[in-house]
Amino acid sequence: MSAWLIIVIIGVGTFLFRISFIAMFAKRDVPAWLGPPLRYVAPAVMAALVTPGVLAPDGAIDPTTGNPRFFAGLVALVVAVVTRSVVWTVVAGLGSLWLFQAWF
Amino acid sequence: MPHQSPSKAGPEHTPSGRTAFLDGLGDVAPLNIGTVPFGLIVGVAAASSRMGALAGWSTSPIIFGGSAQVVTIDLHNAGAAALVVIATALIVNARHVMYSAVLAAHFRPFPTMWKYGLSYLMTDQIFATAVTRWEGVVDPFYKRWYFLGGALGLWVPWQIATIVGVLLGAQVPDAWSLDFAIPMVFLVLLILAVQDRPGMVAAIVGGAAALIGGDIPYNLGLVVATGCGIVAGLIAERWGR
Repeated sequence: MSAWLIIVIIGVGTFLFRISFIAMFAKRDVPAWLGPPLRYVAPAVMAALVTPGVLAPDGAIDPTTGNPRFFAGLVALVVAVVTRSVVWTVVAGLGSLWLFQAWF
Repeated sequence: MPHQSPSKAGPEHTPSGRTAFLDGLGDVAPLNIGTVPFGLIVGVAAASSRMGALAGWSTSPIIFGGSAQVVTIDLHNAGAAALVVIATALIVNARHVMYSAVLAAHFRPFPTMWKYGLSYLMTDQIFATAVTRWEGVVDPFYKRWYFLGGALGLWVPWQIATIVGVLLGAQVPDAWSLDFAIPMVFLVLLILAVQDRPGMVAAIVGGAAALIGGDIPYNLGLVVATGCGIVAGLIAERWGR
């Protein structure tokens, strides 16, 4: 199978994933029983997107100086809770990561 | 406390599409610190791929998802069977079904062409940004222009970054650790998304499960971890009643 055909099939499949529920519930309401579980998708998926890269960048949980991301993540967590600002959190997280990388 | 700006005052006050578009664009802008270096890497990988630079780069507009693009290029390089490449890349992207389910109620009032166009542009980043920033927003007109601004604010830099990677082989040194910007943004969005105790339980369990399931390949760990978080949130909700 040509590489082009493979890419197009993956592209179409991905698009079908993306539009799946949006198309299914274009004309009728999302059923009520789906409401409660869907409420927790955002907090659960965002936490799952955060923790591996911060706590275990090399695959295992590593709260030592060998993992400056862990400590930069803690700094960023405090800044995020206090400021609730994306810009300040990115600045604090990256800035402290560079600092810890130079320091450790 | 959700992010509030005067343009989100409520249904009686309809802001212009332009305002909404720029709100979305501004909210995703910091994510590009992390995604553009990744795009350069994907471009470099495409340039030296067995499928050829043009086919490799075409994954950017056709698939539009960094992890799936890397998996496609890598497995094809390794000579994997076509079905294996397709199945693996689709598994990597399976999480979009969850995003589609959450967005369905928001997208329902949108014109059909908008639903198709915005679905094509869906990513982890715009999903997380939109559902967090839309807390308390009801106006579907605002939402669709916001989503378009945010999605294009990621799509355009991604296409350019992957082209630059292909043509110039340009890469940002690993030591800069710019990829760390992505979990930083998700961290803030996470804090904004946690509104109550069950939400916090869902986040803690989802985050912990992602660590434990870190060995589950192809982003399936993310789907499983999210599932664990959802179940934990539902249990906490029952418990607190």
